[in-house]
Amino acid sequence: MNAEALIILIYVLVLASFLGFELISKVPPTLHTPLMSGSNAISGITIVGALIATSEMGFTTLSKWLGMFALILATINVVGGYAVTDRMLKMFKKK
Amino acid sequence: MSNIVQIAYLIASVLFVLGIKFLGKTKDARRGNMLSAVGMLIAIVATLTTLEIMSFVEMFACMLVGGAIGLYYAKKVEMTQIPEMVALFNGFGGMASLGVALSDHFFKTQVQGVEIDTVNSVSIIASVLIGGVTFTGSVVAWLKLNGKVSGQPITFSGQHLLNLLLLLTFLGVAVMTYLFQIEPIYITILVAIALLVGVLIVIPIGGADMPVVISLLNSYSGMAACATGFILNNNVLIVAGSLVGASGIILTQIMCKAMNRSLMNVLLGGFGQTTSAG
Repeated sequence: MNAEALIILIYVLVLASFLGFELISKVPPTLHTPLMSGSNAISGITIVGALIATSEMGFTTLSKWLGMFALILATINVVGGYAVTDRMLKMFKKK
Repeated sequence: MSNIVQIAYLIASVLFVLGIKFLGKTKDARRGNMLSAVGMLIAIVATLTTLEIMSFVEMFACMLVGGAIGLYYAKKVEMTQIPEMVALFNGFGGMASLGVALSDHFFKTQVQGVEIDTVNSVSIIASVLIGGVTFTGSVVAWLKLNGKVSGQPITFSGQHLLNLLLLLTFLGVAVMTYLFQIEPIYITILVAIALLVGVLIVIPIGGADMPVVISLLNSYSGMAACATGFILNNNVLIVAGSLVGASGIILTQIMCKAMNRSLMNVLLGGFGQTTSAG
């Protein structure tokens, strides 16, 4: 990776981190678990990396299999994460 | 990568920001979760358009399996067991980041036979460490919450020293991984150490503090995804990963405050013993 590309990535990292710090301030205690669960689903974004790793052709390499393994786990994280968060929030509405 | 894909990634990133923002407000929380799910879908579809169509079969097969497992457990789990379920999902996310990092390492060293540059190598090692710690740490948190492992802090003498030694060993082997990239043994040792460290940092923490630990591990899994973004030179991974990493730390602090605990206090809970009497 050249220095220019790296600097742009660091730029993105620093600004997004600041945004993350500022985004959450007063969260009612009942929302702590749903917020944790919802942001956990977002961290499943690693599914994008898993897709790229799986796209390698042929089944003879270890890296392909690692990609598929990662893709299954990341999908569990994403689908399960969003579904369970929605279930929790749906329950709050009924009260 | 085409501009359209980059714009799709930007839209996904904005939806993640809005999603996290709304999730902190009672009225909008459910909508926030939906928005971030749409963002995830956009990111996935955009990524698929850049990839080899011949490999879609195995991709969809993996996503079908993972999606079915995730959905099944999300629907089946008892309400009271949701925190431990979240811990487990989170652990899978960390393991997925580790898997992607390993896959990239092996692809470059074994398949392409190219040298991995310093930035990439550091990113791979960071992803392995954080992803591995997230995985086993979350599994231990899950086991403690569902009672399969005692919720009592598990401590033994020399725990600090062992952690320090492991950390030093990790750094040493990380250098070897960089210098002798073609040898798969070094990165394998790194994976093993990362997995061991995850267990060691969570077992001394008591069951009552597990929600805070899960929140912290959630932040870690964001950082692992972020490190993966540096490996793949991918903005959406970095944005989403660092958002979760940073907001996760804040949420962890808020949760600590709500429990009248300090974060240091929780992390050292098993060691300090001073507060556990009360």
